[in-house]
This record gives sequence, structure tokens and C-alpha cells, in this order.
Amino acid sequence: MLTFVIRRTLWTVVVMFVITVVVFFIFFKTPGVDPARAIAGRSPTPQQLAEIRVQFGLNRPLYVQYARMMKSIFIDRNLVSYSDQGELVIPEIFSAAPATLSLVFGASLIWIVTAIGMGAAAAKLRGTIYDPILMILALIGISCPVFWLGQVVNLITQGGLHRSVFSWLPALGYTSFATSPVKWFEGLIFPWITLSILYIGLYARVLRANLLEVQSEDYIRTARAKGLSEQRVLLRHTLRTSMITFVSLFGLDFGALVGGGAILTEVVFGIHGVGFLTYEALINLDLATLMAVVIFGAFFIVLANALVDIGYAWLDPRVRPT
Amino acid sequence: MTLPLLDIRDLKVTFRTDDGLVRAVDGVSLTLGEGETLGIVGESGSGKSVTMMSVMRLITDPNAKFEGEVLYKGTNLMALPQDRIRSIRGSGISMIFQDPMTSLNPVYKVGWQIEEQIREHEKISKRAARQRAIDLLTAVGIPNASERVDAYPHEFSGGMRQRVMIAMAVSCNPDVLIADEPTTALDVTIQAQILNLIKKLKDDFGTAVVLITHDMGVVADMADRIAVMYAGRIVEQGTQRELFYDPQHPYTWGLLGSIARLDRPRPRRLAAIPGLPPSLMNLPAGCSFAERCAYRFGRCGEERPDLLDRGSGHLDACFLSTQEKQQIRNPTIHPELVEEKP
Repeated sequence: MLTFVIRRTLWTVVVMFVITVVVFFIFFKTPGVDPARAIAGRSPTPQQLAEIRVQFGLNRPLYVQYARMMKSIFIDRNLVSYSDQGELVIPEIFSAAPATLSLVFGASLIWIVTAIGMGAAAAKLRGTIYDPILMILALIGISCPVFWLGQVVNLITQGGLHRSVFSWLPALGYTSFATSPVKWFEGLIFPWITLSILYIGLYARVLRANLLEVQSEDYIRTARAKGLSEQRVLLRHTLRTSMITFVSLFGLDFGALVGGGAILTEVVFGIHGVGFLTYEALINLDLATLMAVVIFGAFFIVLANALVDIGYAWLDPRVRPT
Repeated sequence: MTLPLLDIRDLKVTFRTDDGLVRAVDGVSLTLGEGETLGIVGESGSGKSVTMMSVMRLITDPNAKFEGEVLYKGTNLMALPQDRIRSIRGSGISMIFQDPMTSLNPVYKVGWQIEEQIREHEKISKRAARQRAIDLLTAVGIPNASERVDAYPHEFSGGMRQRVMIAMAVSCNPDVLIADEPTTALDVTIQAQILNLIKKLKDDFGTAVVLITHDMGVVADMADRIAVMYAGRIVEQGTQRELFYDPQHPYTWGLLGSIARLDRPRPRRLAAIPGLPPSLMNLPAGCSFAERCAYRFGRCGEERPDLLDRGSGHLDACFLSTQEKQQIRNPTIHPELVEEKP
């Protein structure tokens, strides 16, 4: 198991290196993309462009450019935004990260608990009317686009009912936990719910299908024949094997969301996280910020993937290398 | 006469399906004495597994309906609440299943799975349970048990996994061990080892065994008494000697006739019973075997024969008289066996 963890970690480093190279080429070396032009602003003279190329090292060999870029991202952390001269990109991402992490952690907690409850209930109530009702609810949750759902939630909580039922709710935006835990919670409660609804639906359906599949396995019959209680059979035998798919899905989704995948939720609710930063960089075509955000996101996905693989091996001994 | 350990009385199991009622078990009565080995023989779908799964109350299908009584040491299992039946499962009556490849949970160590059962039924420390798991694994012939106790099921071969299943089944010294086709999924050389192991454990612990199989050879070797099932009913029941040397039901003749024999010239084709078992959805009015029986007559198609005692506890459900059977059988079924009769 330990060698597996070490090997998996080393592999993660390799993957991250490859990602930085690929991202660098996509943003700076794709034909037609000229960073100098992006930096220079509207209608620059050729002379200005040449100056910028020298200033930013764009006339140096490729590997030097790559090395300089990586150095300014990872070591010096002084990569400068192209659209907003003087703004340092890396500190900006790091100051945006807590908002995103708060949003995603809270939402994932909600969706895991609710999805396990819903999926287990639906599997347990199979054959009754409640199973299809739960599954249709899940399907509706999956089908709601998050930008629409978020707007509707805002319309209700910030608009129509803001004077009565939701008068306690602060205005849109993120308050850090350190500033005020209560405000932090109040500001995030609806974004959490909105973000988690899609995943609740998805995970509940996946879990239900897996539970039903595992329930008819021979080893579940063995567990009953051993005299175990129904509860123990469910918790220790059925759920554990059913969670294998659940965990791998979760790792990927969590990584993607932390890496900026919650962009729609963040924009709709005005939470200045990594997704919001991406959104702004996209609007301004800010190549430096975009690249940093993409690398940041990719790192989280790769990291989450590695954790999933390790968790997977912990859950299922059959995939552990011997 | 002492109370039998297990007394199944007129058990009926019916499944509601979209196409109608399926009567999988139709009035089965069986007894099992202490330390006895009972063989239940029949082809696929004859209701032998469903009968024993019902005894354990392991059929969770909400569409199943049960009638009749199953008395275990005088208690009717069919009427017990779930938590009482649980305390009997695994400690009073335990079961080994057909396919050892899928019967163990793949994500837990085998030792853990055995300990889990022991600790469910007995107040015993983790260490003691583990030691017992190691002893059990040694007893069922797993080499190097103190290390293998921490191996996962996928690290064992099929035969070894069945040994683990057996170790688990006997871990709480059950009175009754139900073995549901324990060797069907294994290859022939392993089959003999597993059967010998069950026999040895039975002798060592005095456990009564119910051996479900479709293989006459297996029961010939192991069983004290044999019940032959066909289409949800018992058609013949008697001691092992009676069944093999004095079979009464034409279906039993067919089963015995279809065994490949090493002590005779090889026939061009192995004998088989013509036709297929009837659908359990609409059983014929008369004897369920009538359609495939070479000796049927008018009454067979109209009335259902009862399982009757022909003296000395040898039961069969056939309208032919003892004399008629004797006449039919003598020239056709193993004449030399009849002479061997003690």
C-alpha cells in the first residue's frame, strides 16, 4: 500500500509537469496567438510590440520562455496580469481560493449526506411509490441549470421575500470565516444548496443503482446467513462496496469544482472565488491570469485524482498492486 | 423417539410473478436428526435450494409467500421475529453456498469475515476471535493459516475459498450445516477434497448436515438419508441403502440410470430422462412426473399421488404397486444391485 502511494504521488508530479507544458503551449504558442499584442492593448505600433517582446522575454528560445514563466508562477510568484497592469496574478488566486474552498467544501458536505440518504432510501423503498418519486426528484435536480436555479433562488431570497422571510440574509457576496463566521455561513447557505442540487441528483441515482446491484450479490446473502443485523449488512457490506463508484465520482467533481468549475455559481452569487476570477479573465482575455487559473485548476483535478486512486485502493483491495 | 433437530412440516413457498403464481415448494416435509446427514437430490428448479433458504428465512423477495412450519428444536422458525431468527442464523443453523468465488465479500480479509460472525454471536475479545479464525482455517486445511488469515478472498483459489466458507459456517459450532451444492462450482479433484472436509468436520463436531445436490454420486458417498425432489415436491425419501438398492419412484430410477458407471461396458449414449420438468406456473393436475414417465397409466394424469410410507420409513409418491415396480425394475434397473441387497 505504501509503495502504491509513493508511486502514485511520483506519477502525479509527472502529470503536473506535462500539464504545465501543454497549457503553456496552448496559451502562448498556438498559431495566431500573440501575447505581445494582448499585453499592448489596442492598435499598438510595431515598435511597441517589439519593445514588449523584449521586455517580457518573448524573443528568447522557447524553453527559456517556459522556464521563465514557470519561475514567475511557482518561485517568484510575480506573474503580472496582462489586462490590469501591476496586478500580481498568483496572490490574487490565493486570495480567491478560500471563497471557492468554502463554497465547494460546504456544498460537497451537503450533497454527500443528502445523496447517501436519498440513494439508500430509494434502494430500501424499492417496489413502493417512494422510489420513483425520489428518483424523479433527483432527475429534476440534475436537469436544473445552475445559472437559472441560482437566479431563481436570488429572485426569491434577495427579491420578493427579502423583506419578510429572508430579512436575515446579507447581500450577495462572500465574507471570510475569520471576519464573521455567522455572516460567512449566511452568505454561503444558498450558494451551497444551489451548487449541491445537481450533484445530489446525480449521486443519489448512482448510489441507488450500485446498492441494488450489490444487494443481489452472493456475499450479501452470506452476510445475512451469518446472522448479522440488516443494519450491519447495509453499512458494512452493501454500502462499502457501493461507495467505490461514488468515491471516484466525488474526487473528480470536487477537484474540478475547486479548480474553478463552480464558475457559474460564483458569478451568480457574486462570490469572488477562483471561478469568478476565471470569468473576469475570460472577459478581458487576460492570458496570464487564465493560464495561472487553468494550471491551478488542473493541479487540483490531478491531486483529487491521486487521492481518489489511493482511496479506491483502500476501499477495494483487489485494485491494490501486489 | 427424541425430538428431531429440524422438522419441516408441509412447507409451501409461492412466488407472485407477473405471469402468475409460481409454487416453488409444494408441501415438503422433512426431518433431520442430530448428527445425521440428509441428502436432498433433484434437478435445477426442483425447489431444493428454496426449501433450505426458507428454513434460514433468507428469501427476501417481498413477493414470496410461505406456508407451513419449520421446527428447530421445537421452535417454529417461520413465526419468529427477525432478531430472533438472526441469533439462530450462523450459530444454530449455518449455510455454505454454491459459488465460493462470489460468496465472500471481496473487500474484507477472510479472517475479518470469520471474526465478524463469531463476534456477532459470542461475547469474545477481538484477539480470541482472531485466534479462533486461525484455528478454524487450519482445521479446514488452509496451509499457513496464521498468515493467510489476513489475505483477501481474491488471493485464494476456488477450492480454498470454499474451505474458508466452511470454516466460517462451522465457526460457531452450529447444530445444522446446510450445504447448498457446495462442490458444483469446483473442479472434480477439488470436489472430493471439499466433501471429505465436510465429512470430517461433521464427525469431529457432531454437526447434522443437509446436503443439497443434483449429483447422485455425492449423496451416495455422504448421506445417511436421501430425499428426492421433483417440481417442488418430495417424490421419494429413504435411507441411502434403500434409495440406491431399492428405489421405488420412476424418477429415482431415471436419476440412477443416468449415472456414468465405471464398472460396466461404456454405453453408446448415457441414459437420460426424456423431456423437461413441468413449468411450476401451471403444474399438471396429476403426478408432475407423469409426462416424462414411461410407466404412467390412466390414474397418473388425474390424481396427484401422495407421499406414502411403504413400511420402515421408506416413502414414495407413485401409484404403481410394490409388485408392479418390482416387475418393471428387475429387468431394467441394475439387476445385479438388487441381488447385492443385504
